[in-house]
Amino acid sequence: MLDLTPPAPPGTPVVEMRDVVVTSLRHPDEVMLQNVNWTVAAGEFWTVAGLLRSGKSDLLALAAGIMSPASGSYHLFGNELTAGFEHERMALQLRLGLVFDGGQLLHHLTLEHNIALPLRYHLGDAKANVEPRVRELLEFTELSRWAHRLPNQVNRNWQQRIGLARALALKPELLLLDTPLTGLDPKDAAWWTDTVSALAAGHPVVDGHRLTLVVTADSLEPWRQRATHFAVVRERQFIALGPPERWPARNEPWLEELLPTSKRNH
Amino acid sequence: MPTATAHSSPLPEPVSGTSHRRPLLNALGRGLVRFILSVQGLGAFALISLGVLVTNFGVARNVIHPLTLQQTFRAGVRLLPLALFLSMALGFVVIGQTVALLNRVGAQQLLGTVMVTVVVRELGPLLAAMLVLSRVGTATVVELGTARALGEVEALEVLGIDPIHYFVVPRFAGMAAGLFALTVYLILGALLSGYLWAFLQDVPLLPSDYFRQLATNLSWLDFFLLAAKTAGFGSVIGLVSCFHGLAQPLSLNEVSGATVRAVGQSIVLCVLLEALFIVVYLVA
Repeated sequence: MLDLTPPAPPGTPVVEMRDVVVTSLRHPDEVMLQNVNWTVAAGEFWTVAGLLRSGKSDLLALAAGIMSPASGSYHLFGNELTAGFEHERMALQLRLGLVFDGGQLLHHLTLEHNIALPLRYHLGDAKANVEPRVRELLEFTELSRWAHRLPNQVNRNWQQRIGLARALALKPELLLLDTPLTGLDPKDAAWWTDTVSALAAGHPVVDGHRLTLVVTADSLEPWRQRATHFAVVRERQFIALGPPERWPARNEPWLEELLPTSKRNH
Repeated sequence: MPTATAHSSPLPEPVSGTSHRRPLLNALGRGLVRFILSVQGLGAFALISLGVLVTNFGVARNVIHPLTLQQTFRAGVRLLPLALFLSMALGFVVIGQTVALLNRVGAQQLLGTVMVTVVVRELGPLLAAMLVLSRVGTATVVELGTARALGEVEALEVLGIDPIHYFVVPRFAGMAAGLFALTVYLILGALLSGYLWAFLQDVPLLPSDYFRQLATNLSWLDFFLLAAKTAGFGSVIGLVSCFHGLAQPLSLNEVSGATVRAVGQSIVLCVLLEALFIVVYLVA
């Protein structure tokens, strides 16, 4: 059964990386980022931007505890994450949610069963526990009508929405989203930016608690007015940028790649 | 390995046979190393899976039990039509070959002995194992390999669900239980069809005599070893297919290769297990 831990008070470090070396999730011998020093405090909303294959997804995978740092130390909610799948680690893991790029739903389960899986696994099968929560999350994603479909019968954006609902099922404190805006039209992109902002402010679907958020992106622009903290990953480095008013004033080529000059100077 | 430069070189080929033998030795060495690593990986995977089975026993029953039943049904019930067809064929083959021989020497009373020795102790369990391997084991490697390639293992880890508990335990337990059930059906079918074929060949043997011969030749040890053997075959096929589908990162184009390896290793391990049980029979 689920062991409920009280949420971390605002300002408490939730993610702490010290001199962390991040390797590729798919190719563990390949170093993606070096000497990452990063602290995310409870209640903060981070956007980490980088180009394709810059290592931002691997950074998120490490933050989610899917893999361990090649070197350095990583503390999640004040506890050092160790390798392997242990019960202590699971208790920490349940306090965070990760929305994968594309959703990464279990292909043999329908959309509603994908959402129900963590609830049924950790809370038991009591319909009173599971069904209302699944209905609430389906309404939240606006996909109730397609609840009985399999993931491959809906488009990638909807799979990702179900991935968000699944990540929120157990009401996590920390939510990590891997490039949620990739390949979306403006309407769907607006749904995501509005929804993530609402989650940061405290959405009823998570009982109004302000979530700590980390979003990775190919461009800083969509999140410029939404996030509170920004960082960039490039050339194996993690660079914290601070708030937009403190971003480099001159035309840095690497910043240009992630944020057009015209928009940056607005 | 010969290169383009070597082919175009005016120098004569080396006379010594050492260089010709080297690629063969290299291939053998690589094969041996791969085999040892595979056995090591499989052993570690089996221990981890058994550990998860024990430590997580009773955890998330509402999720794991239906999955286990689903796998048991898949191995034990959905293969029933094919198993019955094979049981008819098995009864026909064994009786067809032995009746003529036994008639010639007037030893029809040994028909039951032959059926127990050949069908119950040896061919029945092995045939059922091959059936489950070809229809369920291969599908398992493809399913798990695809799940691995699509990142579903990572998705489970993030949800706080042990992938071994969710993916392997139901398949391992389901295949062991399903294979046992399928073997029982297959043996019963073969014994019944054996009498049918004997009857059609005008063997002067009453059903009561035939079943008495079977009962006389069966001992409690047969039932015990049959259960142990089928559970062993099911466990081997379940673990090997899950290992090749799940234990290492795969891309979609590597899934077919993993399936082929799983089939080969399962057959070898099942035959080795069969040999072990023959020794047990001989000693007992």
